[in-house]
Amino acid sequence: MSRSMKRLSLEAAAVILSILIFWIPLYFVLVNALKDAPGASELTISWPSTVHLWSNLKEVVIANDYMLLRAFYNSTLLTILSIVLMVMVCAMAGFIMHRRSDRLTPVIGFFVLAGLIIPPAIVPTIWVLDNLQLFKTMTGIVLVEVALGFPFGVILFRNFMGGIPREIDEAAIIDGCGGFRLFFRIILPLLKPVTATMIVTSSVSIFNDFVNPLYFFPGSENVTVQLTLYNFMSQYTTQYNLLFMNILVITVPLLILFLFFNNKIVSGMTAGSVKG
Amino acid sequence: MKAKKAAFVASSLLIAGGLLTACGSDNNGGNASGTAAPTAENSASGSNNGGKKVKLTAMVGNATDTQNIAKALIAAFEKKYPNITVEIELSPGGTEGDNLAKTKLATGDMSDVFFYNSGSLLQALNPEQNLVDLTNEPFQANIEDSFKQAVTYNGKVYGAPTQSTGTGGWFYNKKIYSDLGLSVPKTWEELMANVKKISEADSGIAPIIGTYKDTWTSQLIFLSDYYNVQASAPNFAADYTANKAKYATTPSALRSFEKMQDIVGYLNKDYLATNLDAGLKMLVEGKGAHYPMLSMIIPTILQNTPDKIDDIGFFAQPGDNADQNGLTVWMPGAVYVYKNTPHLEEALQFVNFVGSVEGMEAIATVSKPTGPYVVKGAEMPEDTPQAVKDMLPYFENGKNAPALEFLSPVKGPSLENITIQVGSGQIDALKAAQDYDKDVEKQAKQLGLSGW
Amino acid sequence: MNKVMKRTYSYAFLLPAAVIYLIIFILPTIMSFFFSLTRWTLFDWEFIGFDNFVTFFQEASLSIGFKNTFIYAVVTCLLKVVIGLLLGVLLTSKIRTRGYLRSVVFFPTLVSTIAVGIAFSMMMHPTLGLINKALEAIGIPAVDWLGNPDLALFSVALTDVWKGVGFATVIYIAGIMSIPEQYYEALQIDGGNAFQKFRHIIVPLSRSATNTVIIFAFIGGLRSFDLIWSMTRGGPGYATDVIASIIYKQYQAGFYGLATAGNVILFVFVALLAFPLNYFLTRKEVDL
Repeated sequence: MSRSMKRLSLEAAAVILSILIFWIPLYFVLVNALKDAPGASELTISWPSTVHLWSNLKEVVIANDYMLLRAFYNSTLLTILSIVLMVMVCAMAGFIMHRRSDRLTPVIGFFVLAGLIIPPAIVPTIWVLDNLQLFKTMTGIVLVEVALGFPFGVILFRNFMGGIPREIDEAAIIDGCGGFRLFFRIILPLLKPVTATMIVTSSVSIFNDFVNPLYFFPGSENVTVQLTLYNFMSQYTTQYNLLFMNILVITVPLLILFLFFNNKIVSGMTAGSVKG
Repeated sequence: MKAKKAAFVASSLLIAGGLLTACGSDNNGGNASGTAAPTAENSASGSNNGGKKVKLTAMVGNATDTQNIAKALIAAFEKKYPNITVEIELSPGGTEGDNLAKTKLATGDMSDVFFYNSGSLLQALNPEQNLVDLTNEPFQANIEDSFKQAVTYNGKVYGAPTQSTGTGGWFYNKKIYSDLGLSVPKTWEELMANVKKISEADSGIAPIIGTYKDTWTSQLIFLSDYYNVQASAPNFAADYTANKAKYATTPSALRSFEKMQDIVGYLNKDYLATNLDAGLKMLVEGKGAHYPMLSMIIPTILQNTPDKIDDIGFFAQPGDNADQNGLTVWMPGAVYVYKNTPHLEEALQFVNFVGSVEGMEAIATVSKPTGPYVVKGAEMPEDTPQAVKDMLPYFENGKNAPALEFLSPVKGPSLENITIQVGSGQIDALKAAQDYDKDVEKQAKQLGLSGW
Repeated sequence: MNKVMKRTYSYAFLLPAAVIYLIIFILPTIMSFFFSLTRWTLFDWEFIGFDNFVTFFQEASLSIGFKNTFIYAVVTCLLKVVIGLLLGVLLTSKIRTRGYLRSVVFFPTLVSTIAVGIAFSMMMHPTLGLINKALEAIGIPAVDWLGNPDLALFSVALTDVWKGVGFATVIYIAGIMSIPEQYYEALQIDGGNAFQKFRHIIVPLSRSATNTVIIFAFIGGLRSFDLIWSMTRGGPGYATDVIASIIYKQYQAGFYGLATAGNVILFVFVALLAFPLNYFLTRKEVDL
């Protein structure tokens, strides 16, 4: 077998495997989103006898007085605000955590790793937010998301900083740059790739977050997208066709975001992993 | 509760600046004690508001049926009291909803009224501190005592019913019964004989449907047996709550676990992967003969396969003695009033409306009853399915008892794990009873019940 | 230089993050640790010393839980490292479908865990499920993926890998792409084959990517809960219970003090494994 034939067959195998392993589960969700209720409760992958795309979509959108639309608005706003703030604080913190090394370094490292490990304490957090007059506000839930996403983000940024030579800093300092000008003029633009990585990964976790908005951002107007899944799941009945349709609808924005940032993620990771 | 001093100092330090004081709310909670509560009658006109519209908030579980009921009640209520509007706040159902309710009460953020379970789950809400006492509200005169018991804490009544009763027992497929010439069993022995016959007929029909993928459904045989426990040990609930009676050492209570052991080997093969929806389908399609379940699933059958509902019958879980055959009843959930509501008067009007014949009629327009109503004078609609009508004799001759969770705050959190273990033959009945007694002891200690 | 360093890399940069993190996360966490020493109903509390810790260690399923947590973390972490590395190699080689494959592998990361859990538990259904039907079609007998207590944990772990391997792959792709060309050229001059390239260049030089994957996957695996809960609820029996699901059960039952004590125990358990691992991995890296 020639070399190119070998390569071609390897590639074909990879494509076929990718279809089996990745597309079939997604096809399963898609096809069941198009069925009527009795059809979907059989949970097979057969193509529906009649396609219920529009009727299911309509039901999902109008359920609970257009709850899905309000949820989209809230989740989108929450995601954007959190990401903007998170990128800023994580980039600055990651910059310092990589470049500076003194007695505080292990302490900071401990707190960051601890944040990866410990789940948030719900009731005390509500007390704190309430005292700051931030409970049930968008500002409050944004701060919660930023605080909880900080450890992951700062580790990404710190590792990425490893790929930016210190010589750049030194040259700037010799030119008379202060810390802030160094960071905002020189370092921050270089952090673009890792920022893209972070935007995608953190958007997924914030947009798909269920527990934090449920407790820290309650109220009939404050619903978020994951809560809409519960429109169709309850103790005695689950409407699988609408549930799967809802899943599809709330996954689309992330998919678009991902396609948009796809190439940047990889380049962000490239530099980011230089010093793991 | 007495707070230990050292710990209090420690917590104050941690909390840095009296965060705890914020747990209360700005609203004047003092006037909400419920003693001088105005009643629905004397303020129905709403004139003391000067015609201004009042908005109440109501937290409601997200289940379709619960939501429909709440919406129907609210629509009928708003029609009667045009100066009040009620806005729904959704909560996810199940245990996430329970925790949300507790969190909201603990942080002073509850809606004015809220729909919630009755029985042991209500006890965990600390009603004296969080809810308005409804004992002297006019609607209580028309409520059955069995329900009041399920929403009572320390002698005070806190809720108004939001649905009919439900029951736990055995659904069966009538066609299979007539094909095999079986009759409705009056004793456990007869039931097991029927089960055996179906199994030996070798027709591919599962004698009993198990749906342990939805783990809570594994408890049904155990819970539905409570009428039989009570028939032989009338003081069990009280003794059990007071830590004087145990499952492992009370023979009639141990029977409940033994019955779960008897069904091993008679369930459908994939019972661990089957969920409630699939179980119902097996029942109506005749792929399974019996399904131990709650009557609350009848609306689901009506929704999915309305033409098959008449093939389904129902009988109470039999005991060991045919004369003692009776039904275990589930009390409906209730609507409660939050103690710090700024709209106490309107909230009371709402619960008085809910707990009336009118309220039950509003409910019946969207949700078929799954058993008799607990409001005196509220009738079941004509088109009530046969499976529900099968339950009526048990109510007419008084042969029924509430499930244990409506009589006692004690219910172990691991019950469903234990019932799955017995039902799948991993452990025997005695071990299960001992495990459950231990589980219950932990719960009672955690809740700080006296006598444990 | 030291003075300049301090002024340039001022802790003022850390201040916004520190303020948010300390107030919104660390302060409530410390408060909650206090409640692990109390019997707490959310409405009131009573100081009971270490009783909660004693009760938690007496939990019937706890020893299974520790074992399962460890197995789950190791299995998912290993598979993510191995598969992620192999996919990383494949997806950095010059194949035509590279862009498509990269997108497909990453896509499951975007789907919510609840959705993945529902879809996979349906596909793993012993009689109706897609996987068994496919196996039967090629003559392999049906497997009870989630109902068999010996197998259920691994079935969930495989689903976890399906969902999470995209992230590991992306990190590896990045790591492999950052290896300077000179190394490959040197190998070519020496006449090395593809396997030698993999063994002597890619594996050692993408070590920092491996470390990143290990830390995130291992800690994530030890804390894992969502997927297990949505697929098996810790069952059948206690067969797939992990520490986090045991804690969640206490929380569900309203045992808030006990659940908090469980969190403290989980924290200590994860910290005991994660901190030395982190130290070990980063030290090795410096040696390189």
